[in-house]
Amino acid sequence: MNTADNVVEMRSVSKGFNGVSVLKDVSFDVRRGEVHALAGGNGAGKSTLMKILQGVYQADAGEIIIGGKPAAINSIQDAKNAGIGMVFQEFSLVPSLTVAKNIFLAAEPLGAGGLIDDRASVRRAKEVFAEMEVDVDPRAEVSRLGTAYWQLTEIAKALSQNAQVLIMDEPTASLARHESEALFELIDRLKKRGISIIYISHRMDEVYRLADRITILRDGRRLLTEPLSAVTPEQIVEGIVGRKIEGQLAYRERDHAVHEGAPLLEVRGLNAGRRVRDVSFSLRPGEILGLAGLMGSGRTELARALFGIDRRDSGDILIRGKKINLNSPQQAIDAGVALIPEDRRAQGLVLDHSVRDNLLLPLLGQIQRGPLLNSTKGKDLSSSLIKKFAVKVAHPNRPVRLLSGGNQQKVVIAKWLGTNPDILILDEPTAGVDIGTKSEILDMIRELASAGKAVIVISSEYPELLAVSDRVLVLKDGSVIRDIPRSDIADEEYLQLAVQGV
Amino acid sequence: MSKANTIPAGDTAAPRNFGTFLKELDWRRYVIYIGFVVVFLFFAVLLRDQGFMTPQNLLNIFRQTATITVIAVGMTYVISCAEIDLSVGSVAGLASVCTAMAVSQWGLVPGILAGLAVGLVVGSINGALVSLLGIPSFLVTLGMLGIAAGVAQWITASAPQPILNDTFNMIFGSGDFGPVPGLVVWSALFVAAGAVVLNRTKFGRQVLATGGNRNAAEFTGINTKRIKFQVLLISGTVAAVAGMLYAGRLQSGRFQWGSGDELSAIAAVILGGTSLFGGFGSIMGTLFGALLIGLINNGLILAGLDSSQQQVVRGAIIILAVALARKK
Repeated sequence: MNTADNVVEMRSVSKGFNGVSVLKDVSFDVRRGEVHALAGGNGAGKSTLMKILQGVYQADAGEIIIGGKPAAINSIQDAKNAGIGMVFQEFSLVPSLTVAKNIFLAAEPLGAGGLIDDRASVRRAKEVFAEMEVDVDPRAEVSRLGTAYWQLTEIAKALSQNAQVLIMDEPTASLARHESEALFELIDRLKKRGISIIYISHRMDEVYRLADRITILRDGRRLLTEPLSAVTPEQIVEGIVGRKIEGQLAYRERDHAVHEGAPLLEVRGLNAGRRVRDVSFSLRPGEILGLAGLMGSGRTELARALFGIDRRDSGDILIRGKKINLNSPQQAIDAGVALIPEDRRAQGLVLDHSVRDNLLLPLLGQIQRGPLLNSTKGKDLSSSLIKKFAVKVAHPNRPVRLLSGGNQQKVVIAKWLGTNPDILILDEPTAGVDIGTKSEILDMIRELASAGKAVIVISSEYPELLAVSDRVLVLKDGSVIRDIPRSDIADEEYLQLAVQGV
Repeated sequence: MSKANTIPAGDTAAPRNFGTFLKELDWRRYVIYIGFVVVFLFFAVLLRDQGFMTPQNLLNIFRQTATITVIAVGMTYVISCAEIDLSVGSVAGLASVCTAMAVSQWGLVPGILAGLAVGLVVGSINGALVSLLGIPSFLVTLGMLGIAAGVAQWITASAPQPILNDTFNMIFGSGDFGPVPGLVVWSALFVAAGAVVLNRTKFGRQVLATGGNRNAAEFTGINTKRIKFQVLLISGTVAAVAGMLYAGRLQSGRFQWGSGDELSAIAAVILGGTSLFGGFGSIMGTLFGALLIGLINNGLILAGLDSSQQQVVRGAIIILAVALARKK
């Protein structure tokens, strides 16, 4: 392939922080109109590589070549001028402004007298959306729109600045399935117009659906760059993790004898808000129950109601056959329920507090001596949790913010398992987590069930749901529409159809 | 997947030695102590002939900052819980007049109870409005600042209320414990209790967690509404005690006592390294923040600056200290 086809080429880039080398001699190139997947585990260097391309960091060694000419990218502005656009994972929009105002933020078209011409920005925003062939109202306030529209606005913003290369970091993380599909179609259209996309994702099916080539980083080095047709999913996973992972995503029979006991949790005619309607089910010790459903089907709301966060309007919750009043998380915790919330950064962790403080937060009662907290006990308890759940931390005193997504998720899980709950609810436990950690978390879930706990798993990823669940409840519009034993589910397609209510 | 704002060296930096780790992590937290020492030495040299270093003057600094220290201890809880209490100065004033009136009407114990009651009532109202109705504490306590000050002026018809009860005056600020002024003992008590509760109890941790991420705290089973109520109750009650210290030291209750103290207390708390956005709080830092402000006031007076110049220098030093302490 002729190098002139490369819109962007990074040659032998190295970067270190505080003497720790994060990228070692990494080369990476993107061709015109190509989707190039970038993969690697936590700490492999993907983010750092992309931040160098965006001008957030400067490389210690190596060069960046854009459109065949060496380019100096020393600031985010340089990167924009060079045609590199970023679709942020955490959206960089101002929620109180309209779509059009966000797109042209700090680049507003000026009218007579140097005043901002809002009508021109609306008109130009419409043009951009028309080119993208999507329907978004430029006059709508961003805060009133769903996440899918935020993302479209981000993409439009980058395109309006003549981006030739778009970096997308886990773009489907917060999208429902049909929204993801719409995004994939948009990516196909952008490709046809010669726009290149660097696609970062942990989801193998997306990578195969979209990407032309893949580059895998491991420990700061480039492992390989290959066309997708030349590598198998197993090779990719092995490349990312550094070892073979076999059968992690296959369902495994566990010892079902434990299922025979009386139900640990029974829910009868539960109504809570608009998204939980007349839900009944029961859960036995040792059982893993999957909750499937589209975004907005009431999965998360059901979990919140079971954990006492959302008010219950009617219906009963029984634990070990006894009616329980669940009006606050504290009552739920006392009754032996734990919830791993879906958004670990917003709901699971106090990001600026240390790993230790986060781990101990639900366990303060255990380390009290009289009215005071015993810091030795606290240190011992947190260290044992860190060890037990193999959380990689430099020091338990460091802010949890500094950990990778996978390790942050382990901290959330460890924090809750420290309370020794009988009933564990996990809402999207592997979102944004690399495949190595993901398989660890799935194993953890199986072990907990084998130890006699009752587990509820909510996930938008069907393979994951099918890998662990003994039974799947399908929710739609807040009601249970199907209750299917795992043995009756032949494959992903079957579950997908069930979720869509076919 | 490491997210956009993750420092990339974060979890790959495990082998780094502990010394470097401390060095890069923590000096900002100690900037208040460094600042305190620097300013102290500066005045000690500059004002050596003006009597700055005499034991009498040094005790004076402590005595003059005692009420601010006490108020600021309560304020540390409020701010580290990501709230604010602007009503503390007026509460101190209202408590001073209520105490004074009750002492002269009914005697010592009813007087003390009246003062405490002011703090409990105002603190509960602040807390209830913030936690139950969800009104921002800035607005609630801004309104309360006016209400408490107005009530204090109204019920006294703007007149000072003398306190002739010597026992009261001895306990609250005029007396000494041997060589140690009573006010210093009071502030030491509040600082010690405040530090232990914030750092070493379940309640303290829950305050910090609520301030750090209210959502996560709520999901962890912490009743964050109750925590918010409690910190505002504490701050109101502590401010009322400070009002009684004014009353005892100045042997009268007056609606102006404490006026403007909310700003000094907030400055002391922020100088002390407590995060204005919640999640972190240091009572020791607050003590030194208050002392630094007292030190500056004292030094500038001894240096012969007039009050307008004092204000300018004080403001500049506060901005400088906070600028040095800020997160990168």
